[in-house]
Amino acid sequence: MSITVEEIFETVNMTLQQHFDIRTVTLGINLKDCMDRDLDHFCGRIHHRISEKGIQLNTIADRIEHKYGIPITNRRVAVTPASILLEPLPRTQAAAVRLAKTLDSAAAKADIDFIGGFGALVHKGATSSDENLILSLPAALSQTKRVCAFFNLASTLTGMNMTVIEQFGHILKDLARRSKTGIGCAKVAVFANVPEDNPFMAGAHHGVGEPDYSLNIGISGPGVVKTVIEQNPDCDLTELSEVIKRTVFKITRAGELIGREVAEMMGVPFGIVDISLAATPAAGDSVAEIIEAMGVSRMGRPGSTAALALLIDAVKKGGSMASGNVGGLSGTFIPVSEDAGMIRAVKEGALNLEKLEALTSVCSVGMDMFAVPGSTPAEVISAIIADELAIGVANNKTTSVRIIPVPGKRAGQIVHFGGLLGSAPIMPVTKIASPKFIARKGRMPAPIQALRN
Amino acid sequence: MAKPKEKKASQICILTVTGKDKVGIIARIAVAMSKANINIVDVSQKIMNDYFVMSLACDIADATLDMPDIHKQLQKIAKDMELNITFQHENIFKMMHRV
Repeated sequence: MSITVEEIFETVNMTLQQHFDIRTVTLGINLKDCMDRDLDHFCGRIHHRISEKGIQLNTIADRIEHKYGIPITNRRVAVTPASILLEPLPRTQAAAVRLAKTLDSAAAKADIDFIGGFGALVHKGATSSDENLILSLPAALSQTKRVCAFFNLASTLTGMNMTVIEQFGHILKDLARRSKTGIGCAKVAVFANVPEDNPFMAGAHHGVGEPDYSLNIGISGPGVVKTVIEQNPDCDLTELSEVIKRTVFKITRAGELIGREVAEMMGVPFGIVDISLAATPAAGDSVAEIIEAMGVSRMGRPGSTAALALLIDAVKKGGSMASGNVGGLSGTFIPVSEDAGMIRAVKEGALNLEKLEALTSVCSVGMDMFAVPGSTPAEVISAIIADELAIGVANNKTTSVRIIPVPGKRAGQIVHFGGLLGSAPIMPVTKIASPKFIARKGRMPAPIQALRN
Repeated sequence: MAKPKEKKASQICILTVTGKDKVGIIARIAVAMSKANINIVDVSQKIMNDYFVMSLACDIADATLDMPDIHKQLQKIAKDMELNITFQHENIFKMMHRV
């Protein structure tokens, strides 16, 4: 046979022992043609389209999973940003909540665990529909289970919308207060330079530059990368980069094959492969453990940022050779609550909020899934968001924040979200940050990097 | 062989078996394949420290079972004989290991 026994077992062991899986196949669905001034008509149409396509996605993903023996862990749907869909409708909270509930019930009917796109692009300014959506967010997300929200609050080309960033401190606190664990906030990501074709939740949406449908795929293999690093304990960093590159090449090729085949069977265009390494709470499926396998004593200690920079660079080089359609976020996810190694690092005091921010300057995806005390003032939350988004704006890359102010919890306590969302130690955070700076609001102008023409 | 014109394009899948060696592993798998009209095209097998390791290539183009049912049959054998069995279309290996 053309494939050697060693190669066969390398692939088999990736799935059997090293948690290699297709993390998500995400179908982007354009809903602009469903827009209507009649709320009932509009909701009826989108419910029908999402549930029909969602069921098809699940059926085909099951078939491909059997064919290739690689688990497709999540099947998700991303739709046109909700604020655009709501434009023809009355500016009422009831309309926005009704849309969220319709998305929720369509996803439930199709057995889709998360549906993304309940958000807006407000990096330069907000329309009255955008404003209505933002104000409706706490009600909409606390009354639904599967709906995820994204908001682009800043971009390199336009600067930062500090007015909305200031508002988000209050919105997130209000949303958190509506559940015991603040879980609503796990379903909201705010961005700088949000990609239009990201397959991962909570930030996925079907961008305005996308076709009617688009099938995007997110691969995952922290365990696979960790294993090859452990198999090379003594090589120098140049060689280590090569080893990671080769491995990521292989897993990206698997993602490309599966993505293309799912798209073909659905009769929709194949969009992108997102080559992000995405952790899960399962042991051995952790990005922090990759960094530690490289020789850093604990994630967050000095050396972590350099190691992460080497990792993500090798991932990008290997991934971009393997697929002509790399896109989405394509960074390395370091969500605190979803990564056993990150949780351990926080518990042991090796990783704090400031170092987490520093790490995101090289890994693209931002400060993700971290919990802070419920008593954290709104201005502190806004200031954390502003700092993180400024890193993205100034460096011409995507950054995001998913912060959970957990009601009634103090620093050092643990909050359990359950499932893929994991559990998180509450991280200590200052009680006062920049109240006057945040209260100024307005738009921070685009940085000089924006002038590239 | 009898009707080459109607022969479907081959659909090669790779089966792997690992586990403690015992009597009848190959026999049970071969019987299951034969019952499903799956043609075995290549086998490679060895014993490493009492450990049975096999990879087998087969053609499922004319199989009477679909992939989920083939998986079910194989998982039953895996459970009965305490083995790890995987069954995957060969394209995944070609994509990952050949440019």
